[in-house]
Amino acid sequence: MDNLMQIAMQNVNYGSIMPSLVLCIFGMALLLINVFLPRGKTTPASWIALIGLVVTAVFAARGWGDPQFGFAGHVALDKFASFSNIIFLFSAGLTILMSDEYLQREGYPIGEYYPLILFATAGAMWMASGTDMMTIFLGLEVLSISLYILAGMFRGQLRSNEAGLKYFLLGAFSTGFLVYGIALIYGVSGTTNVADIGMYLKSHPAMLGNPMTIAGMLLISVGFLFKIGAAPFHMWAPDVYQGAPTPITAFMSAGPKAAALVAFVRILILGLDGLQGDWTSLLWVLAVLTMTVGNIIAINQTNIKRMLAYSSISHAGYALVGLVAANQIGVSGILFYMLAYTFMNLGAFAVLVLAGKKGEENLTLEGFAGFGFKRPFLGVAMSIFLISLMGIPTTAGFAGKFYIFAGAIKAGYIWLAVLGVLNSAVSLYYYLRVMVYMYFKEPAEDYGWVTLHAGAVISIIISVVGVFYLGLIPGKVMEMARMALFF
Amino acid sequence: MLDSYLPIIVLIGIAVGFAICTTIFSRLIGQKKPTEVKLAPYECGMPPVGSARERMSMKFYIIAMLFIVFDIEAVFLYPWAVMFKKLGLFGFVEMGVFIAILLVGYIYVWKKGALEWE
Amino acid sequence: MQVLFFYLVAFVAVASGLLVVTCKSPVNSALALVNTFFCLAIFYVMLHAPFMAAIQIMVYAGAIMVLILFVIMLLNLGVETMKKTTHTVWGIVAGSLVMMLTFFFIKRGQPANISGPITNEVVESVGHTQLIGKHIFVDFLLPFEITSILLLVAIVGAVILAKKEV
Repeated sequence: MDNLMQIAMQNVNYGSIMPSLVLCIFGMALLLINVFLPRGKTTPASWIALIGLVVTAVFAARGWGDPQFGFAGHVALDKFASFSNIIFLFSAGLTILMSDEYLQREGYPIGEYYPLILFATAGAMWMASGTDMMTIFLGLEVLSISLYILAGMFRGQLRSNEAGLKYFLLGAFSTGFLVYGIALIYGVSGTTNVADIGMYLKSHPAMLGNPMTIAGMLLISVGFLFKIGAAPFHMWAPDVYQGAPTPITAFMSAGPKAAALVAFVRILILGLDGLQGDWTSLLWVLAVLTMTVGNIIAINQTNIKRMLAYSSISHAGYALVGLVAANQIGVSGILFYMLAYTFMNLGAFAVLVLAGKKGEENLTLEGFAGFGFKRPFLGVAMSIFLISLMGIPTTAGFAGKFYIFAGAIKAGYIWLAVLGVLNSAVSLYYYLRVMVYMYFKEPAEDYGWVTLHAGAVISIIISVVGVFYLGLIPGKVMEMARMALFF
Repeated sequence: MLDSYLPIIVLIGIAVGFAICTTIFSRLIGQKKPTEVKLAPYECGMPPVGSARERMSMKFYIIAMLFIVFDIEAVFLYPWAVMFKKLGLFGFVEMGVFIAILLVGYIYVWKKGALEWE
Repeated sequence: MQVLFFYLVAFVAVASGLLVVTCKSPVNSALALVNTFFCLAIFYVMLHAPFMAAIQIMVYAGAIMVLILFVIMLLNLGVETMKKTTHTVWGIVAGSLVMMLTFFFIKRGQPANISGPITNEVVESVGHTQLIGKHIFVDFLLPFEITSILLLVAIVGAVILAKKEV
């Protein structure tokens, strides 16, 4: 016990948490700037937050080298974590770009908005780089609590209140499942370190059939599947996505979902490798269920925000297909797909941010009648994102789905791939319907209230570039995603 | 080891027993001459005003919530304090970072005016 | 003697747990919950974890209960507003299913046949609080620091969601 200090000093490796550390420092600085500036003075908070993200991106990109381990095996900044970090940074950056004017329009210029997004992103990074259940769990909590607050931030709007409360109650419940699962796995293996759990189960194959191990695996899965928004734990998603502020909805559907997926991948493949037979059959069913439920209900929606919420459920299903395959191409497909989804979905939400009036009652199919001719730039951009969401070739969505389904076929899950493709065909209907309303309906209004704010336009342009870059030359990014794998 | 808790158990037993005894004896021995004033709820000797079931203000909630957060901070200080000498300078810095982060929260709450009774 | 004491406390814990869900008035439920927390603290003592027992009473029976009581008073749930709910049948079905599952796990699921380095004797000689300190500040340093960010986010959330004027 006397040489504790030496041990402690050796454990720490600040390089391994540099990206999240920078984000936290910027977040705290923003909080303080916000309260110390006199009331009524507008702060350039969004720009400071963006600078923070860029600085973080530099550190995150430097993680693309030899993996850095730190804090007694609690974090590993490997290529897998770095690739995920880039996804989180893109989703946070695009969200912040489209937020400023939106908050002004809705009348809630709340200064804590940006720091909370930064903290949420830091939480996502701890989930992606965490190699210990405790780190992953606390990262998840930082991420989730920030999101509960952001979802319920518009206190005067009933729907935002509902979104915040629903998300909080159900999210807290699912976190309980996750912790219970971690506790059971700890009880079985005597450790919370993911890699050590995997080693223990490998050396004690008798424990694999133990009900406690299987119960732990199931409970952990419930916790993560809730965060991913997979059926049958998807019930919260539509109400929360519809009620939350639009940029936050966009953020929730991309970054946090990717964080939950990558942490889930790490735990399942590194820690619960021995139970692969059990969790693949479970996830096979849930992937099909998630894709189908999301797509079928999306068909009936007339509110576009709500429709995108259901479509986001089905996209989580596609991503799960890659996890069922659990091979090189499938899992790197998940990484690629989440990056692609970040661009196409955040782009679509950026168009919604610009097209909405105060209160956003007009974001329905009828409200988009003739939008494409009256507002050609936004119409074309929206069409590109919708086409990518459908998964038509030359766009990012196609490349992502291609890799994921290829992984499923390579692993022998032909039927799963077939069902996935059929589901994509179903999704054509409701995505195309938006385009039909935009271009083939008589415009009821001239959309005079739509002004092209710089921030949102920049985020739309970045998204369009991303969609085409990943769609036309996917090879380079896919190669990086494959290098990012840890197995 | 558990023997060392025996005094506490005895103390709890005496406390519970005392509470039970006083209620029983006051019921058995005490005189009962109820009047309307005697049966009224006791509000520090003042005449009772309004219903007891009034809605509490949200202000209490914020204070309670902040109390929990800083209570948890205090909880972390105990294991640190007993290990202070062994952890040395490094432990001091660790705890310094922890408290500095929460200090940011404290300054935020203060400047925001959440501690004022508005 | 110890076993007898355990069963006594366990009985009180389960009984007050039942009171939490069956009491008509939410304030009575909350007080029954305090009782359950105290029983849990006694269990921690019996498991040679006195620090956990102290935390259980300080944080749960103290701070969190105050918050729960405030919320009950905030929502102003009187006895009269409670409607009779008819979830009894489903409650019994779900409860017995969970109980059967738990039984199954306890019967079939052996805990790992390993004992860690920290046995009762080690706890006795080193001290429970010291051991927790060592683990938090050496092995679990990063989760500890993340906790402070978590608490910071919670503070921000409490202020912007509950304060009158943000």
